[in-house]
Amino acid sequence: MVEATGLFSKLWLVPALPLAGALFNCLLGRQVSNFVVSIVACGSIGLAAVLSLLLFNSFLKLPVEQRHIELCMYNWIPSGDFSAPIDLLLDPLSMVMITMVSGVSFLIHVYSVGYMSRDESFARYFFYLNLFVFFMLLLVLAGNFLVLYIGWEGVGTCSYLLISFLYHKQSAARAGLKAFVVTRFGDFFFTLGIMLVFVQFKSIYFGEVLPRAHEVLTPVMATWIALLIFGGAVGKSAQVPLHTWLPDAMEAPTPVSALIHAATMVTAGVYLVARCYPIFQLSPTAMSTVAVIGLLTAVISATIALVNNDIKRILAYSTVSQLGHMFIGLGVGAPAAAIFHLLTHAFAKALLFLGAGAVIHALHEEMDIRRMGALKGHIPATFWTFLVGALAMAGIPGLAGFFSKDAILEASFTNGGVLLWLIMVVTAGLTAFYCFRLFFNAFLGEKRWDPHVEEVHHPAPVMTIPLMLLAVLAAVGGYMGVPHALGGADRISSFLAPVFPPAHHTDGGGDSSRLGIMLMTVSSMVAMLGIILAYYFYVSPEGREAPGRLRQTLSGVYDFLSNGWYFDKIYQVVFVDRFMGAANFFWQAVDTSVLDMTVRGLAGLVLGGGEIVPRLQTGLVRWYALFMVAGAVVIMGYLYIF
Amino acid sequence: MLAADQYLMVGVVLFGIGVIGFLTRRNVIVLLMCIELMINGAGLAFVSFCRQTGSLDGQVFVLFAMVIAAVEIAVALSIVLLVFRNRATLDVDEMEVLKW
Repeated sequence: MVEATGLFSKLWLVPALPLAGALFNCLLGRQVSNFVVSIVACGSIGLAAVLSLLLFNSFLKLPVEQRHIELCMYNWIPSGDFSAPIDLLLDPLSMVMITMVSGVSFLIHVYSVGYMSRDESFARYFFYLNLFVFFMLLLVLAGNFLVLYIGWEGVGTCSYLLISFLYHKQSAARAGLKAFVVTRFGDFFFTLGIMLVFVQFKSIYFGEVLPRAHEVLTPVMATWIALLIFGGAVGKSAQVPLHTWLPDAMEAPTPVSALIHAATMVTAGVYLVARCYPIFQLSPTAMSTVAVIGLLTAVISATIALVNNDIKRILAYSTVSQLGHMFIGLGVGAPAAAIFHLLTHAFAKALLFLGAGAVIHALHEEMDIRRMGALKGHIPATFWTFLVGALAMAGIPGLAGFFSKDAILEASFTNGGVLLWLIMVVTAGLTAFYCFRLFFNAFLGEKRWDPHVEEVHHPAPVMTIPLMLLAVLAAVGGYMGVPHALGGADRISSFLAPVFPPAHHTDGGGDSSRLGIMLMTVSSMVAMLGIILAYYFYVSPEGREAPGRLRQTLSGVYDFLSNGWYFDKIYQVVFVDRFMGAANFFWQAVDTSVLDMTVRGLAGLVLGGGEIVPRLQTGLVRWYALFMVAGAVVIMGYLYIF
Repeated sequence: MLAADQYLMVGVVLFGIGVIGFLTRRNVIVLLMCIELMINGAGLAFVSFCRQTGSLDGQVFVLFAMVIAAVEIAVALSIVLLVFRNRATLDVDEMEVLKW
């Protein structure tokens, strides 16, 4: 452990700046103009981003063994052998996370200025958004489980507030509630996991818990802790079976979807598992659970994305699917690849969401891809940047998604087996297909716009410039992790290596590099195939009829997929209806009839008594004296008899 | 000894007259006099028990009680005087404003 010195002692400013911005916009946002609000909101995040980059620069100059810096702010709860200080931890993992979070947040804040410019709750929006960034940075910088948990719940709250941002809309209010309840369900297990960690280790510091994990924990206990922590990750990162909240969360304004439900908050689960990786490594059961849940999620949500027609929901299911990929990466022992994929996915998916926001904006809040088309000539900047994002998502060689996805694929092949790899390659093909189904439907083909759209809204420069910057990141972001097989140095893995014990490290020998190139070739070809198929289905004149025919032939499968594997319907019947029934029973039968009647009866009794008893106080002195005498007589009689 | 019982009886009678007078009469001055009767009835009981047991404790009590009774009556009479000046009556049943 290294004491924070020099620039590193200013680490606290990284989360504090967004917090200051949030406080300003909360307290004064309604008094000042929208211009000031946006300057404060974007400026505070921008400064945090610049500071993160400066920190990264100094961090790289440190020798590897010193890259673990703790900064204790103050001791929050000292109690016996328990102590919970607010302390920040800067190690390679949190370093890349704060850089990504602050950078992407900054771009999305700038974009939001344009996107939300006509909203009357402008200051409220930026208050929530800044607050979210504060909690997210606190989450990734946390030096112990409790601080991480504060950030964890804080981002959940902000997510709830932003999903329900248009609170007068019933569907938005419900979606916010659903997101909150479902993620809280996962958080419950996470809470138990933290308690179990404290019981086992008598400490909640990452710096004390993780290095001692293999000495302290029995395999069974490690499995329990890992699975409980993973429960929290499943909720937050929208993994099967708790993934149902994320598609509904698309009720949020589109930049929020880009920031919270694509780039940052939903990846907190991946970050959490990566942070606790030494515990997961002790338990093969937990590792395979992570991989299996990830695989199920990746496949299920990729298939749903094939048939959905809502531009944002397709991207949401795609996010769920990609998060599944990251968990597979964690489960098969390639945490660095998972974090790498987290970063490239954050760039690409934020780009896609912001592009989708520009499309929605252009067509006057149209979200159905069946009523889009031919936008290429109207909003060229969005078209080109969206193309970059879709290619990066699909895993076309040279762009960011390719390197990170293939790092996971290769680890799955070596550590997980051919079957796992095969399923993932097919999923990658599906990913390419649905990304380009969306892309072709929105930008190419003929005009199918709603008749009331007469003129396209052109995105302002404040919206297109963040798109371009993100497009650059999505294009070149992969070069921080060019694998050994392609003659690269895989810098992201070696940078993250001190965080992850090298138990599963795969080195790039001659044989594995040939294997790696072979795997990459196959997966790229599958991705190409997906794109070509999408082109044939949605652009080329010959294939125009094909989707309709396919839909009729496989109508059962189509219904199954377009209903999202019936997850929502089953949950509605099994949990929601039951719970609503019980709630109704307790409301009408128990609360109104029994409890309220009891309380009202008591109140009536007291009121009635209060009418009668005061009449004894007559004000007549002799009357009181009579009572005294009567009392004395009673007492003396009592003494005489007994 | 017979004498002590007789003193005690006198005390009880004094106290009883005081109680009955307090409950039945309405003039404030009479009520104060009844209180005096009760105090003296109790004092007489003290003194007669003293004669029976031969201790002096009861006599001390009585001395105190007499002093306090004198003080009390001084305060009470001045209050009565003020009440009479304000309300022109000495009837306790008229003095009933302190009620619910």
